[in-house]
Amino acid sequence: MTYVKNRLRRTMMFVPGNNPAMIKDAGIYGADSIMLDLEDSVSLTEKDAARMLVYEAIKTVDFGGSEIVVRVNGQDTPFYDEDVRAMVKAGVDVIRLPKTESAAMIQKLVKDIEHWEDEYGIEKGSIGVMAAIESAKGVLNAPEIATATPLMMGLAVSGEDYTADMHTHRYPDGRELEFARNMVLQAARAADVYAFDTVFSNMKDTEGFYRETNYIHELGYDGKSLVNPRQIAMVNKVFNPTKEEIEQAKNVENAIREAKAKGSGVISLNGKMVDKPVVEKATRVLETAKASNLIDEEGNYIGE
Amino acid sequence: MEIKTTAVAGTLESSDIQIMISKGSNGIEIDLESEVKKAYGDQIEKVITETLKKYGLENAKVKATDKGALDCVIKARTLAAAQRATETQDKPDLEVL
Repeated sequence: MTYVKNRLRRTMMFVPGNNPAMIKDAGIYGADSIMLDLEDSVSLTEKDAARMLVYEAIKTVDFGGSEIVVRVNGQDTPFYDEDVRAMVKAGVDVIRLPKTESAAMIQKLVKDIEHWEDEYGIEKGSIGVMAAIESAKGVLNAPEIATATPLMMGLAVSGEDYTADMHTHRYPDGRELEFARNMVLQAARAADVYAFDTVFSNMKDTEGFYRETNYIHELGYDGKSLVNPRQIAMVNKVFNPTKEEIEQAKNVENAIREAKAKGSGVISLNGKMVDKPVVEKATRVLETAKASNLIDEEGNYIGE
Repeated sequence: MEIKTTAVAGTLESSDIQIMISKGSNGIEIDLESEVKKAYGDQIEKVITETLKKYGLENAKVKATDKGALDCVIKARTLAAAQRATETQDKPDLEVL
């Protein structure tokens, strides 16, 4: 496995690192990324055992093409160093640092990764990093965190810890997260890295889950963190381009091809000029459609 | 490598295996309980024995309660129990895995 900067990352499914049954099955649900957790879901007395289990799982379990992310324990814990060492040796795709509050913390992580890459003869840059933003300080420093390293894969908002830090808690309407969501997204976009929204843990509230997912999709988020595999299809439904969007994107592509064939520098579609943002959006739509099996190799619509 | 204390790793949940290691003097002695013992007992015992030997333990009593664990889980739990029993869990010996 090797870290790829650009890929589809709509769903990042959390899997507790000390649970063999859940780890074993994690690859069958089609999550874009699987986040094996060594931090909050593992009790203090099981940190050593979870680390070995996750290490063995990365080396041997077939995760069905999902990207493998591991959330290590924080830099203020005695588990961090061995977590990073084990995950580098295992060959994880991305290491996620919890409670990130500064660029320096990410730079320390990258230095530690490079140290172990050297030690184990692994090529430098094979492992990406991502930052979980879980506090007021982290949100305010999001721009410097996002640009801390060329190996930055993305930023994730962590709603539970953040709202606790803000002396509030989570509400169904999500207004308490508004500033953090926007700040983290702006920082991610400005740095050209991915942005992930926080988990929605009330599995019974399907309507609320769709409301929140639609909202963060509208804002421009790349994906959402999940705690239950049932939420994967729900997120994909929201993030998949519609048939109309795909048709429009194909028209844009055809217009580009036509303009090129005619040797014309100006691209027009239905009498309107097609400029760069329109071209970029069309490319993004078609890439997502292809990855989600909504179109075939030739671009024909094969969705429902 | 010397066993200093009796130690346990792993749970009794599905797909896991619980390994208890204590002092022994007669090689690696394994008492295995598993619903799939008939079909996989030899393989499970082989993975446990190999992991302990690779870690440097020649003598140990092992009580293993299997709930359908894959080899990778058996290895990870055996090493975790062995390092706890030798009180070296702060320095994980990843070379064994």
